[in-house]
Amino acid sequence: MLTRLGPPLTIFLLTGPLLFGLAGTLLPAFGFLPVLGGMEFTLRHFEALFDAPAIWASAGISLAAGLLTAATSLLVVMVFVAAWAGTPLFARIQHMVSPLLSLPHAAAAFALAFLIAPSGLLARLISPELTGWHRPPDLLIVHDPMGLAMMAGLVAKEIPFLMLMTLAALPQARAVETRRLTTALGYGRVAGFVYGTWPIVYRQIRLPVFAVIAFATSVVDVAVILGPTRPAPLAVRLVEWMSDPELSFRYLASAGAVLQLAVTGVALASWLALEKLAAALTRRAAGRGRRLRRDALARYAALMGMLASALAVFAGLAALAVWSFAGLWQFPDVLPQNLTLKSWVRTLPRTAEPLLTTLLVGLAATFIAAVLAILCLMREDETGRRAGQGALALIYLPLVVPQVAFIFGLQFLLIMGDLLATLPALILAHLVFVMPYAYLSLKDPWRAFDKRYDWLAAGLGKSRWQRFFHVRLPMMLRAILTLLAIGFSVSVGLYLPTVLIGAGRLTTITTEAVALASGGNPRIIGVYAFFQMLLPATGFAVATLVPALIFRRFHGMRV
Amino acid sequence: MLKSTLAAAALLLSALAVRAEPVDPADWDGVLAEARGQTVYLNAWGGSENINAYLEWANGELKERFGVTLVHVKLDDTANAVAKVVAEKAAGRDAGGSVDLIWINGENFAAMKQRGLLLSPGWAESLPNWQYVDHENKPTIRTDFTIPVEGQAAPWGMAKLVFFYDTARMDKADLPKNAADLLAWAEENPGRFSYPQPPDFIGSSFLKQVLIEKIEDPSLLQKPVDDEAFVDVTEPLFTYLDRLHEVAWRSGRTFPENYPAMKQLLADGELEIIFAFNPAEASSAIANGELPDTVRSFTFPEGTLANTHFLAIPYNASAMAGALVTANFLMSPDAQAHKQDPKVWGDPTVLAVDKLPEEARARFAALDLGIATLSPAELGPALAEPHPSWMERIEEEWKRRYTAGN
Repeated sequence: MLTRLGPPLTIFLLTGPLLFGLAGTLLPAFGFLPVLGGMEFTLRHFEALFDAPAIWASAGISLAAGLLTAATSLLVVMVFVAAWAGTPLFARIQHMVSPLLSLPHAAAAFALAFLIAPSGLLARLISPELTGWHRPPDLLIVHDPMGLAMMAGLVAKEIPFLMLMTLAALPQARAVETRRLTTALGYGRVAGFVYGTWPIVYRQIRLPVFAVIAFATSVVDVAVILGPTRPAPLAVRLVEWMSDPELSFRYLASAGAVLQLAVTGVALASWLALEKLAAALTRRAAGRGRRLRRDALARYAALMGMLASALAVFAGLAALAVWSFAGLWQFPDVLPQNLTLKSWVRTLPRTAEPLLTTLLVGLAATFIAAVLAILCLMREDETGRRAGQGALALIYLPLVVPQVAFIFGLQFLLIMGDLLATLPALILAHLVFVMPYAYLSLKDPWRAFDKRYDWLAAGLGKSRWQRFFHVRLPMMLRAILTLLAIGFSVSVGLYLPTVLIGAGRLTTITTEAVALASGGNPRIIGVYAFFQMLLPATGFAVATLVPALIFRRFHGMRV
Repeated sequence: MLKSTLAAAALLLSALAVRAEPVDPADWDGVLAEARGQTVYLNAWGGSENINAYLEWANGELKERFGVTLVHVKLDDTANAVAKVVAEKAAGRDAGGSVDLIWINGENFAAMKQRGLLLSPGWAESLPNWQYVDHENKPTIRTDFTIPVEGQAAPWGMAKLVFFYDTARMDKADLPKNAADLLAWAEENPGRFSYPQPPDFIGSSFLKQVLIEKIEDPSLLQKPVDDEAFVDVTEPLFTYLDRLHEVAWRSGRTFPENYPAMKQLLADGELEIIFAFNPAEASSAIANGELPDTVRSFTFPEGTLANTHFLAIPYNASAMAGALVTANFLMSPDAQAHKQDPKVWGDPTVLAVDKLPEEARARFAALDLGIATLSPAELGPALAEPHPSWMERIEEEWKRRYTAGN
């Protein structure tokens, strides 16, 4: 009975906020907003939108960010996996990159900002000895008008994500066998992989790639920290309009959210065209029998890309860690003049409340998501039907629709229901984004479970729930804890839904950190970045250590 | 199932949001009794560390003395809090609002007052600590940006535009003496001056400072903007900015986000002259290790902008009594003296020290205003703030001209 509720409840919780939210955004865009007296259909707000200064420049940056971020990260991951899979170096880099997956986007963006700014760690390390700079050069690196810094920040975060997705898809693609075959036929490592393995892998990671595009076209936190300011990317301007005291701006923001939907749509459509083009080029090269054996340049370039993106974030985080203990730290000093605990002493008490909210919302949303994911998968077992491509697309929907486009509407609805800035509302909003990851991370281990244990227990006369709690759950503990860790890290990193639904009264570590970014005091940002790092990392540590402890006497359950 | 849960939760919430009893500051004991146990959501700009720390201190004191909990809702723009109240009014939420107290002045105060979003009639002048307020000598306490305050906001601190420079890099003799001088200096030292991007409050204030100096007839600024004349009379300002941006930091392609962000830029030598609305900002930053102790202050001999910042209570606040107690406490000699300490915040007091009891007067006298703080006599004349409509129009025009980069 309970399991039968699983799939419809999940679909309702996922698509309900999404559809109601979208409606709540679309209606004001066309003039309907009864609370403000908007009762008739009009296109006026779109006219106002298109009159807004540099609106097309904003949209253009968002579009470019989506496509370039996805293309760059995917290319680096593809060539890197092609060139290095199966080598010891690959394993080492994989271990280095994977912690980045759990790092909130905002923290990675801060790290990059404090590394590459003209007064950042890099410039300090080489000045004045190599550069002759006694003062930071007047260079526009962070907040550059083309958004390159912002895209770099996004790429650094999307590489680990796509890498993990690719690794999960590799086993089904029989990569090792294919490589042997293509090598025997004289193909270079990269060419052989791209011709033989990649098409199968790519089919499986397509939805995650779409999610990357959608996220990058509508990102707010990374854009605030690293992105252009004149004009800012579209989503950033929408959020500004949404909070303008002049209420008529809400119509404008809603119309802008429709434009955001279109921008993301165009980005996805362009991507589909790029896919076709890339496939055609690959086919042609393969058809002509291009071996491309001298691919050392590509292989090392991908290795460098991989290393650089990871090392940049780690170095930036290290710089932030030093900042959090810094007294006066002037350019070009590599280290602060004096170290002090002042920033920590002043900031720690203040972090208590956001920390509590982060934990509460993260744990609640993740726990609900885990239960729903398990119910859905149990239902699959019962009916013997697996979620098809359509259902998968549905689960990915909240990740592919730009966040602003439906969170705006959701905010209107919550205001009307007097539920804005309440814990249940915030948990629901987080659940929408945690749920997809929960389901996706559990589905493979769940299906890989050896059903004969289940049959054995049934043969011993155990009821269904007894079998679940005494056999399946303990044996799947590791996978479920991983799900919880992933879900929790997603929740910790959520910026826009927290800002809009928490409405400033419920704040998390991430929203506080981004709010502080404007003050530009690197000491305090350092303290918050530490917690942004710590929380998800703790989740993953628990997910690794607890099974190790519990199963230390069970030989068969060790990794 | 979920729907019904949500509906039930909504019902429960609306039941909790009982309409607050009208509070009367004249019956102060009654206010104190009602305030006990209340939580006051103070919506205030959260971009400055020392201000945030000060409000935490205030929370501790309020809890101990009055049983009031103060929650600082950190804003990146005060307009957001105004927006919240506006939205609540539009949604018919006339009681149980989410904002109890708001840090405000200028255009935001004018907007709220004009729309009837503030607790009225005036209450600030009935607060017990009003007796110490220096409204006789500080005209901006009763008139904010040409708008009469009428007690609808309690004065919290005084502000004056002050510039800072590092004596280790710059000679005192080279300091600009007015806006025109500043431009000339910037042209000789390209890339070393900037201002926070409007609509940041301090950034917009810099624009007003230039406008006051450059406009032909400054008396126009004391009246609401005349739309037809706007372009003509502000022409000198934008000509000035066009020239300034060419030689500004990052060639005017990006701007610091706010004034605290300019402090690290000064420390690193990216900027050579920065400014703030708090005369003790530099001393405070030196005490906190954010700026080297060679930084000093200066103002323009012909005057710089000055104003007062306030605490106002929205008409639909949930914790009216708590908000009154908080506003009164923040106006108290204790809280004001603590606030003026540069090691804490350094924000000048709104009180008249000579009106205070002996003990409190001694506290103020004992304050070390810091090595980089100018004495009140050195601060120079105070220029009056223009009517709030000017700020709005200038910000709009700034956006129109400069949003799209070059």
